[in-house]
Amino acid sequence: MLRRPASVAGLAVVLVFVALAVGAPWIARTDPVQTDWSKVRKAPTLAHPFGTDDLGRDNFSRVVWGSRISMQAGVFSILLAMAIGVPVGLVAGYYRGGLDQLVMRLTDAWLAFPFLILAIGLVTIMGPSLTNATLAIGLGATPTYIRLTRALTLSTKEEDYVLAARALGAGDGRLMRRHVFPNIFSALLVQATVSVPTAIIAEAILSFLGLGVQPPTPSWGTMLNAAQQFLESAPWMAYWPGLAIFSLALSFNLAGDGLRDLLDPRDY
Amino acid sequence: MLEFLIRRAAISVVTLVVISLIVFTGVRMIPGDPARVMAGAEADAAGIEEIRAKYGLNDPIPVQYLRWAALALQGDLGRSIRTRDPVLKTVAQKLPITVELACLSVLLAIAIAIPAGVLAAVRRNTAWDVVASAASLGGVSIPNFWLGIMLILFFSVRLGWLPASGFVPVWEDPLANLRRMLMPAFVLGTALAAVLMRQTRNSMIEVLSADYIRTARAKGLAGWVVVFRHAIRNGLIPVVTILGLQMGALMSGAVVTEQIFVVPGFGRLVVEAVFTRDYPLVQGVVLITASSYVLINLAVDASYSLLNPRIRIKGAAGGP
Repeated sequence: MLRRPASVAGLAVVLVFVALAVGAPWIARTDPVQTDWSKVRKAPTLAHPFGTDDLGRDNFSRVVWGSRISMQAGVFSILLAMAIGVPVGLVAGYYRGGLDQLVMRLTDAWLAFPFLILAIGLVTIMGPSLTNATLAIGLGATPTYIRLTRALTLSTKEEDYVLAARALGAGDGRLMRRHVFPNIFSALLVQATVSVPTAIIAEAILSFLGLGVQPPTPSWGTMLNAAQQFLESAPWMAYWPGLAIFSLALSFNLAGDGLRDLLDPRDY
Repeated sequence: MLEFLIRRAAISVVTLVVISLIVFTGVRMIPGDPARVMAGAEADAAGIEEIRAKYGLNDPIPVQYLRWAALALQGDLGRSIRTRDPVLKTVAQKLPITVELACLSVLLAIAIAIPAGVLAAVRRNTAWDVVASAASLGGVSIPNFWLGIMLILFFSVRLGWLPASGFVPVWEDPLANLRRMLMPAFVLGTALAAVLMRQTRNSMIEVLSADYIRTARAKGLAGWVVVFRHAIRNGLIPVVTILGLQMGALMSGAVVTEQIFVVPGFGRLVVEAVFTRDYPLVQGVVLITASSYVLINLAVDASYSLLNPRIRIKGAAGGP
């Protein structure tokens, strides 16, 4: 891992964002939703290093608090996808047969809905909110995990150690939990490091379109939505939230590359 | 090969049926009377009664589904609540704009990604490779809507080179159309280019280490001749598949891109439909998008089996 400086840097930046998300109340002392009509769209100063927005709110504070929303949406949506996808894929790949066929056809259909179209459909039914956006992103990512887990299970269950455990009398449930799952876990983890940045960008897109987090809650997507109207007079409103999404996604991808090399030494 | 294609087509039909079931169920999950939902909040009693009769909303659910599916197959997806126009007509008006945008962005992505990916593979572990890989990683990580906003900021607001928004139909003024489509196409193509570049590089590296490439080199062919005449043809086959699978991402990207650049296409239509709670329109759009994804990938798989004789033979032997 240490031989890959880019991955180490990526991991460090991810940790910085985690610290920002956890420590938001201490790091950003200005209230992120406090409006101040005397400070509407002011350029960056020492007191407001990222400037202020169209309602006079401190942009630095909003970017810091926004990291909470992004992290929550990114991590929880992928946890949801794994919580559904991994058991389903494990069972489908382990038992094969009609159940497997059914699951595969379902994921075929599921994958045909582009993520944003799926999210739009769900939000139309359930209404826009952070929870629903997270749910939509998680459901959108689920088929990937079903497929991946199934494929990994198919090859792992034929391994000698699994066959040996079976010969010793281990039941199906035990084989799946104690022998197959721990051996495919690292591959799933690598996939998660690729999915989380995608989910973070997805949440920002939904909030940008007004389908996710609702104002006045600070989120990078809603901040960029507001910024778009003031590109000429207040371009700083557009710099920081976007830069935050970009650097967080990039760092996750870099750290993920390193993790993949660490866990799967195949040469890419 | 025929057997492979038939099998593949049968699977697609099953997928389409499942998709229609999902969409049908989705609309039923909206709280309230389905007739009122589909007719809109301001509909009068006659309008609601018309919907109730058309979809037979008093019949058992399976009968309702079959009636709805039969109407959808005939192209009747209901009427938009807001404009009262048939959904299919509304979509047909908007779709060409998005197809133009998507085609431009795919062309742009291919033009950037394939040469860069091939170069990165041939000059592996050199500065070329590092730059291409870094660009690819950046392209995957950059949120496309932010990229769009930044491009508007620099090329429209600061430099005034390109118009930030608006749309001119291609048949009215092709040059003005292209000037307005350039930034959206670039924004939409970035993520695709990043994915394609990575795929091209990986599959070219694999092909370049194959025995037949060594043979070609051994018989004295020049380096680039080997790459162009022997390697690219096989190296690009997986890239075609990826292109098909990326159609969904392209569709999502179009929604966002059209929103930023105010392109009056399919994507803007969808977002407007959500905010106006135009359920028939959302339902139609979701159904059309998912179905076209399935059909496009069927076409990709069919062409793939034509390109690669190994799949043809495998298909004849009972499918991969």
